[in-house]
Amino acid sequence: MRIAIVDESASRAAVIGEGLAALDDCELFVVTERRALVARIAEIDPDIVLMDLGNPSRDVLEEYFAVSRALARPIAMFVDESDDEAIAASIDAGVSSYVVDGLAAHRIRPILDLAVKRFNAFARLQADLAEAKGQLAEREAIDKAKRILMDSRGFSEPQAYAELRRTAMNQGRRIAEIAEAVVTAHQLMGGK
Amino acid sequence: MSSELTVGFLPLVDACLPILAREHGFAEAEGLSLRLVKDMSWATVLDRLLYGHSDAAHMVAPLAIATTLGRGRPAQPLSVPFVLGLNGNAVTMRPDLARRLTTPGHLADPVAAGAALRVVAQERREAGNPLRFGVVHRHSSHNYMLRYWLAGCGIRPDHDVEITTVAPPFCADALEAGEVDAICVGEPWNSVAVERGAGEIVLMTAQIWRRGVEKVLAMKERLLLERREDVEALVRALVRAARHFVDPEHWDENAAILARSEYLDGDPVLIRRAISDRLLLARGGEIVPFPDFMFQYREAANFPWVSQAEWLYTQMVRWEHGTIDSEEARKAARVFRPDVYRSALIGSTEPLPGASSKVEGSLAGTTVVGTQQGRMTLESNQFFDGGVFDPADLAGYLARLP
Repeated sequence: MRIAIVDESASRAAVIGEGLAALDDCELFVVTERRALVARIAEIDPDIVLMDLGNPSRDVLEEYFAVSRALARPIAMFVDESDDEAIAASIDAGVSSYVVDGLAAHRIRPILDLAVKRFNAFARLQADLAEAKGQLAEREAIDKAKRILMDSRGFSEPQAYAELRRTAMNQGRRIAEIAEAVVTAHQLMGGK
Repeated sequence: MSSELTVGFLPLVDACLPILAREHGFAEAEGLSLRLVKDMSWATVLDRLLYGHSDAAHMVAPLAIATTLGRGRPAQPLSVPFVLGLNGNAVTMRPDLARRLTTPGHLADPVAAGAALRVVAQERREAGNPLRFGVVHRHSSHNYMLRYWLAGCGIRPDHDVEITTVAPPFCADALEAGEVDAICVGEPWNSVAVERGAGEIVLMTAQIWRRGVEKVLAMKERLLLERREDVEALVRALVRAARHFVDPEHWDENAAILARSEYLDGDPVLIRRAISDRLLLARGGEIVPFPDFMFQYREAANFPWVSQAEWLYTQMVRWEHGTIDSEEARKAARVFRPDVYRSALIGSTEPLPGASSKVEGSLAGTTVVGTQQGRMTLESNQFFDGGVFDPADLAGYLARLP
């Protein structure tokens, strides 16, 4: 079975591809380039096309599937009514799938299920990464704010931190927010 | 307690009304908490609507009809209680082509430019390199309007010229790279192409059909049944947004809102041009005003005329090279719901047309018509070729088209 993964995010395509590589007798093709997308798909002549929902080229690809005579076998969105639940799950995960006509549902399902799992896994990875980045930025802001307080008010480091924490508690806000406010105020007052 | 409604949209200037209904508190005043979901393709906007991620969507009008009739996917009946606007699109061409049709910085005359284009199309076809046009979706008003114009000028779409789908954000790229010679797209994408020098605006779709239906508010018919009150509240909020949108006093403010990253993520200067019906047609030229470029409110523009849905159906059949099917025609007509629009706005000061259908393209000048609250003045609604669409005879209309 020939599976094309169309995703402008190369890292996500890699995560999906890695998951599908475990399947038997499947050949994977990853397309990350927008240019000449349709020609590339024609060349691959896939049985299944997986594409992320955020891809602006979805309408282009659907148009191609709908009207093109270049493909020997017509491709449709995976819309077998009995598999409505599977489609809902893939939409939830953020992946759309197009399947060549006549491919048996029992051959498609495992691939779709796996694709959905990988998409979800990637989304979790990204959320974790965003969180880690956010935490790093917060820690940096807190360090900067402490230094500002130490310089301007002669605090020791524990005193500076205690001051930030006390203000945060009094205002019902997070320490990082107070730290950011201190840094911003300091910049406005001409500090660097 | 406010009801939550989620509305899907594409980052285009004509997604303005749901965005402004939320931003200016018009939805909230109607007891609605409006959540907006941005996507990058109509396919995804439609998927979210069909699989319940959104309750309603900003949608190209023909797609609502195509979905109801089961084109491309199993049929799912959609309903349109509100038209988000008329026109607002343009035909932008690569500068070398544009200059064969018009003087840079001037809008072309649709008939004269069509005749000139016919010559170019012939040359290019004979050279084995036919002209290529990009539209945003096969079930879009862009596609139907462009084809109407081409065919009316003796240029056979799919035969003399090619028409393909190009995603709006890639339109300027596609022109620049020579993947297409012209695009028919909404704003801000024509202006983006002009700014980059990739294209020049030759024609506005309002020149093809002065009152052409463009984006609609679409939802599943079942949702309309189940949440009729919320839908009517949304219609009222959207009308207020429309009134706000066309008021010059708010243009700067609204352009700034639409430009924000969560909405169009674009340039407020370009967005303001579209809002104010004043576009730069060619780089280095003068701004050209064209009244009615976008038409979001006046003349009950938001009223879903059944005849508009029927016209769109005739064009769908036309380019599928099919025949009118009376059962399909009935389903297509049923998508537009003037009854919901009326019941939402009854008792307001908004003009409510007495009829639900009209002969399209029949008004050459200003005409006064009756409404449920007095009278309303309508201006020209002509097609560029003087064609008249009488919804009483779809097959006859189709037979007369070139």
